[in-house]
Amino acid sequence: MSVDKATVEKIAKLARIKMGDEELERMAPELSNILDWVEQLGEVDTSGVEPMSAVIPNALRLRADVIDADPKTAGGRRDDVLANAPAAEHGFFGVPKVIE
Amino acid sequence: MTELTNLGIKAIRDGVAKGDFTAREVAEGFNTAVAEASALNAFIVATPDHALAAADAADAKRAKGEELGAMGGVPIGMKDLFATEGVQTTAASHILEGFTPHYESTVSSNLWAAGAGMLGKLNLDQFAMGSSNETSYFGNVASPWRKEGTNAAMSPGGSSGGSSSAVAARIAPAATGTDTGGSIRQPAAFTGICGIKPTYGRCSRWGVVAFASSLDQAGPMARSVEDCAIMLGAMAGFDPKDSTSLKVDVPDWEAALSADLKGKKVGIPREYRMEGTDQAILDSWEQGKAWLKDAGAEIVDVSLPHTKYALPAYYIIAPAEASSNLARYDGVRYGLRDLPDGAGLQDMYAETRAAGFGDEVKRRILIGTYVLSAGFYDAYYNQAQKIRALVAQDFEKAWGECDLILAPTTPTASFPLGSLDADPLTMYLNDVFAVPASLAGLPAMSVPAMLNSDGLPLGLQLVGKAYDEQTVLDAGLAIQQRAGFDHAPEKWW
Repeated sequence: MSVDKATVEKIAKLARIKMGDEELERMAPELSNILDWVEQLGEVDTSGVEPMSAVIPNALRLRADVIDADPKTAGGRRDDVLANAPAAEHGFFGVPKVIE
Repeated sequence: MTELTNLGIKAIRDGVAKGDFTAREVAEGFNTAVAEASALNAFIVATPDHALAAADAADAKRAKGEELGAMGGVPIGMKDLFATEGVQTTAASHILEGFTPHYESTVSSNLWAAGAGMLGKLNLDQFAMGSSNETSYFGNVASPWRKEGTNAAMSPGGSSGGSSSAVAARIAPAATGTDTGGSIRQPAAFTGICGIKPTYGRCSRWGVVAFASSLDQAGPMARSVEDCAIMLGAMAGFDPKDSTSLKVDVPDWEAALSADLKGKKVGIPREYRMEGTDQAILDSWEQGKAWLKDAGAEIVDVSLPHTKYALPAYYIIAPAEASSNLARYDGVRYGLRDLPDGAGLQDMYAETRAAGFGDEVKRRILIGTYVLSAGFYDAYYNQAQKIRALVAQDFEKAWGECDLILAPTTPTASFPLGSLDADPLTMYLNDVFAVPASLAGLPAMSVPAMLNSDGLPLGLQLVGKAYDEQTVLDAGLAIQQRAGFDHAPEKWW
């Protein structure tokens, strides 16, 4: 058993997902099973192996230094950006009060 | 005109171009078929007007004698992971329910530019996380196939289960899929159709809802290898908006297709003979070898020693990337917001994500958060990334001895919906043969081989060198010609 209920509660908090007692109880053995199973990776000797982050060799490009070169990702689209917001007000995203 | 819905991409495109029928007749036929097939639950929303508008545009072009494009007059299904302007895009989740993009994904734009139209947005496993299409907020998708002698609803595979179900049921001639760890190939195998995941970076990820960005690749699903070659050509291409997009030319795969494999060496990886694999699957693999040999290829044994570690490495890497990618669903910029009375910002995040994500998505976010958390990063995430390097090196070494690899796509045929619910791990094992090629970013395809004794389809998988989709497609064509797989599910929906 690699994770208990308290650990799942801590991870859920880090992940910003609210979970009740019943859900935590249910998740703990499921996550433990999965994590116990991935433990087998420890068997493999990886000394001297570089971790792989890009599968196909591909250098990052610099784009041309042109403002709004592609209209799809350019500025001046405030209303498009806000169109799907659950609470947009005065041209901004609305959120609950953060500072008392 | 019901027979028009039996046609694939090439037959529709060429038939419209020749004037055998109009694109409008085709679109109307498929729109009707989609409307009648609600029992499959393959579509989240139907977009008959989109299909008709594209059809009318194709017919108008033909009347003027203009070129119709590689997909001219062909209506397709679009996996609901691609952002489509003005059409709800959900990733089959509650958290994105109602999200209506103000932009179009690059892949779908490319398809419309090639003359295709959209029949609707296809159901999938929520955020593409699943192998059975049972994690969608909008309900399970049923395969059109049934086990002989039973009426139990079978899994169409996942995550591109709406795509596989629709194409197998002939309610769409083809559909887009996405593959992170087998999500095109496994559903294609389960439903007796073809599907190819190209080299990582061939198809732009711009406008595709992100799951695990270093693995996600789009690809076509259709009923023939030729149709896959045509549609992949229309989907692929360099896109400056995706930093991992490959800046290389898109070959004319369709024109170069050849089932002659003389001079090609086909590797058979010995580590893919795993416990728990159905005898029928092993038999189909033997048959596949015989077919490729008959097409002129030489069969050689190869070794991919880290195969057994690919799946556990995937189940660290993919959830880690997912936990990061899905942090964007916070109830602020788009999608669901759950804000109880008097709640603050942090409560809003936690409540919104609790209400908006399904169990499997939560499970993977939690695993990803855990393996990336302080104290565990090296033991889990870094070790998995090193094993990913070893899996890729295995393939590199194998390419010294062969030009492509033949393997089963899945360890079993499709299973009844609900039968693997008890343990998430059992479900994960479905992708054991698919995941290694994903980790290495290689092109990989599933083609139908035969039916098993239950009357369910079995697929064979071909894995090629990076950028060498052509050899994969050629070998797929060689199998297609010899398998003569022309089975269709009996209509019950």
